[in-house]
Amino acid sequence: MEFIGTIFSNLAAQTGFAYFTDFRQVIMILLACVLLYLGIVKKFEPLLLVGIAFGMLLTNLPGSGVYHPELWYASGSADVNWSAVLHDGGLLDLLYLGVKLGIYPSLIFMGVGAMTDFGPMMANPKSMLLGAAAQFGVYVALVMAVALGFKGSEAASIAIIGGADGPTAIWLTKTLAPHLLGPIAIAAYSYMALIPLIQPPIMMALTTKKEREVKMEQLRPVSQTEKIVFPIMVTIFCCLVLPSVAPLLGCLMLGNLFKECGVTDRLSDTVQNALMNIVTIFLGISVGATATYDQFLKLDTVKIIILGLIAFAFATVGGLLIGKVMYLVTGGKINPLIGSAGVSAVPMAARVSQTVGQKCNPSNFLLMHAMGPNVAGVIGSAVAAGFLLAVFGG
Amino acid sequence: MENITIIESLGVAILGVSVVFVVLIVLMGAIAVQNVVIAKLEGRGKKAEVKPDNTLPAAPAPAAAPAKLAKGSCGGVMLHDVPDATAAMIMAIVADELKTPLNELRFISIQEVK
Repeated sequence: MEFIGTIFSNLAAQTGFAYFTDFRQVIMILLACVLLYLGIVKKFEPLLLVGIAFGMLLTNLPGSGVYHPELWYASGSADVNWSAVLHDGGLLDLLYLGVKLGIYPSLIFMGVGAMTDFGPMMANPKSMLLGAAAQFGVYVALVMAVALGFKGSEAASIAIIGGADGPTAIWLTKTLAPHLLGPIAIAAYSYMALIPLIQPPIMMALTTKKEREVKMEQLRPVSQTEKIVFPIMVTIFCCLVLPSVAPLLGCLMLGNLFKECGVTDRLSDTVQNALMNIVTIFLGISVGATATYDQFLKLDTVKIIILGLIAFAFATVGGLLIGKVMYLVTGGKINPLIGSAGVSAVPMAARVSQTVGQKCNPSNFLLMHAMGPNVAGVIGSAVAAGFLLAVFGG
Repeated sequence: MENITIIESLGVAILGVSVVFVVLIVLMGAIAVQNVVIAKLEGRGKKAEVKPDNTLPAAPAPAAAPAKLAKGSCGGVMLHDVPDATAAMIMAIVADELKTPLNELRFISIQEVK
């Protein structure tokens, strides 16, 4: 009987229950379940949020050993002991290599490029101004984050939430403030999912009925040659001006070239579907794994969530204000509502412009006009991230 | 730049906004130039394609009379990679959604967004 008792006590000592040392682990498990609920039932960016929430769940289950934050942060973010990671790391430590080395965000950008039609932006290049203006939120959040006591590199990582671009936020944060990756990624993707709730009140408050009813002229058709030359030109120009942005923008434009050149349909299809899905799984689960209870349950997380919302709101304001300026300058030919689509979040933000515009004038179709600023916002947020990396990454 | 003051962060923010605007404005200009150059090159190519062949005897072709529009028609619609049946369906759906008779709408072109 004593033998059986020993077996049971050994088994009990090896269960995860024996490793519960902190009540915050339970809170994180509950939080992961709430995020799973939001992803599955409420459909908030489910493709990423489900993976992130499940990564969060796994990493906070005591004794699972799938992720070891001490391997990544023990001696500072710049001095990771790679051999220790390979030798002692768990499954999610190994998957996290793709985040740490900046591979997943760049590959996601390749998929985004392969799914994006830059035609509306090329037909109306002025829409790039709206994409630039919507980066206003990034810099408002930067100043506010510094005011709230964050270090420069941390403030820059938080600020990029305002770019409304998950891969860009992850790409910048993994370099500048990897210990904040969990809260920043969750804030970025949650707010992207909430764009249909965040933007319309701001759009209604900042525009008049007359402005919202403006019908825009039809866009000219863009030739195939223009679409092929565009990604090559943007890559050469942007990577020469801001070399730090080359991994993101280079992959975005390569994906777009696969789509447009007409001779790589198989590659375009793979990037858009198989590769994108595989990387999304790895990215979601490994980013979620960084949200360990001791890193996540801090006052800083609450500050990040609030700053992220402020960044999104000011990004929308920036786009709308320049939209209003363009409305005035063009004598009422531009509907300012398309300015809010300058926050990247493709194509959600453009759909919001369409929905709000059509509520005011049911015969108005702003979607294609809003896609111009929307895709310009992707380039704009990548440039903003490249700038912040150049300033704070040295 | 780790311990940055609020004033310094304001400076970084102003510089950052400026950099984003400058890069995108230059890009905007580059796209405009690219559009003009490509349009000219494509225009020249098209002209070369329709250049008359001098080896063939010139025959005066009768000027084709424009097809007469059906009564109540608002004109033609340009279709880009869209079959006729799909275009008809799209126009019918738009008319239905807008609660407007089809002959009161004018469709200029329908293009498949890929």
